[in-house]
Amino acid sequence: MTSTGQAAGSVRRLAGALHRRPRLRLSLLLGAPLLWLVVAYLGSLAVLFLSALWTTDSFTSEVVKVWSAENFSALVSEPLYRQVALRSIGVALAVTALCAVIAFPVAFYTARVAHPRRRPLLVVAILTPLWASYLVKVYAWRLILSAQGPLDWVLAPFGVSGPGYGRAATVIVLTYLWLPYMILPVHAGLERLPESLLDASADLGARSWRTFRSVVLPMVLPSVAAGSVFTFSLSLGDYITVQIVGGKTQLIGNLVYSNVTLNLPLAAALGTVPVVVIVLYLLAVRRSGASSSL
Amino acid sequence: MRLSRPARIALRTAAAVGFAVIYLPLLVVVLNSFNRDRGSGWPPPGLTLRWWTAAWRNTGAREALWTSVAAGTAATAVALALGTLIAFAVQRHAFFGREALSFAVVLPLALPGIVTGIALNSAFRTVLEPLGVGLGLFTVVIGHATFCVVVVFNNVVARLRRTPGSLEEAAMDLGAHTFRVFADITFPLVRSALVAGGLLAFALSFDEIVVTTFTAGPGVRTLPLWIFDNMARPRQAPVVNVVAAVLVLLSVLPIYLAERLSSDTASGSRI
Repeated sequence: MTSTGQAAGSVRRLAGALHRRPRLRLSLLLGAPLLWLVVAYLGSLAVLFLSALWTTDSFTSEVVKVWSAENFSALVSEPLYRQVALRSIGVALAVTALCAVIAFPVAFYTARVAHPRRRPLLVVAILTPLWASYLVKVYAWRLILSAQGPLDWVLAPFGVSGPGYGRAATVIVLTYLWLPYMILPVHAGLERLPESLLDASADLGARSWRTFRSVVLPMVLPSVAAGSVFTFSLSLGDYITVQIVGGKTQLIGNLVYSNVTLNLPLAAALGTVPVVVIVLYLLAVRRSGASSSL
Repeated sequence: MRLSRPARIALRTAAAVGFAVIYLPLLVVVLNSFNRDRGSGWPPPGLTLRWWTAAWRNTGAREALWTSVAAGTAATAVALALGTLIAFAVQRHAFFGREALSFAVVLPLALPGIVTGIALNSAFRTVLEPLGVGLGLFTVVIGHATFCVVVVFNNVVARLRRTPGSLEEAAMDLGAHTFRVFADITFPLVRSALVAGGLLAFALSFDEIVVTTFTAGPGVRTLPLWIFDNMARPRQAPVVNVVAAVLVLLSVLPIYLAERLSSDTASGSRI
């Protein structure tokens, strides 16, 4: 009995001591996560980017720790790398544009046309496939796009065949994968749009199309920018989808992947390309004032 | 907004087509798992349950499933602990570098998986190899936990933001000490956010392939790695179809639960 009393007393004393020392409390809260995040994660990231400045022994594939900008100059001078980097950015931009074009009518329906009671259900319907396995979704498209597959079967009566595996297939599949990331912010943006502005526009004599162009579009553009951060950066770093449905297409991720075992410094240097592009894109979006809708 | 009738119909059709495009591929996967043919020719010449029994007996797929469950459970546990700690620190304290910290937490999910993957891979090899420890399941757990922290953090932060500190202050005024307040007031308030965050973290880990590729030791094969390895093998195609169909059906369940538990935080919870 006394021992439990003593234990309770020491718990209380410890609690009191913690309560009086907010700094101690904070460091207890942050100690483990910071160790994990900063030391393990940010540390290894930093080392990776430093290693981009090292070189590799071409015989043994061992990393030689001699500082040089060789890898980065190869990035600029080698036409293959430049071509692949530009292609990757092109694919990411195409995916983003397609997502925006498809997401807009869907989000407009779920946010403003559908019955208000059905709207939460529709949002769940958009969200659910987001969590279905990435690999399974890509696999689904591998089936759909295969020769004599479902798409060819649907298109056969019209005398056309599907695009097959290649760059077009990559864009289609990436668009499919990241579409919900675009629909959700656009839906949220359209939902926030005050009805009074639309009424005012109508009172001033604007028809639907004019209201859409002059009122709806400018107000929802920040949401589109917010969604585009996901569609753009997720497409830029992808290499699995390209391997599965891309045929011979190579994106920057594939180049990183193929260099990892033989030339890690070069892979690291190639890996900085998407990171730098994504950071620049993030900064551009933040400047345009979309970060509040992120 | 008063829309003209044609505009209304056009929007409704566009939305219907959009939803069809989102769901039809998943349906194709489920249908194809009953395909009597080994190929993916369409339409299937006949339906059979044969591949489902074959998949059930496939030891490779079953072992991969358990590896995934083990990795997901461990990564979720770590993420729950770390994510909650950071969320409390960020939401209940003001300190230097708070903004930077909440940015750094999101980084593992924002950067391309391949960059996180090779960074962790080379770090593990430089740190662990001198100790005589190779890559294994625990390195997969470390890799997964690194990005699973984000979803837990987001869910708990969103909940804490909506929970007024006055409830905790009232408990303290009534004489409860820090731990008692946490056990009786704070924890019950964030419990459902923790469950939702945990479910999403598990789903994220269960699905991950890129970071897994670079952190898994030899012989450690999670389910996505198994699918990826067997996808190009025509002999294994029917079993891969079944596994894919099972994953589609299974993924709906935890998401549905997570949605129910945290309708306030779910929409932006992945990032």
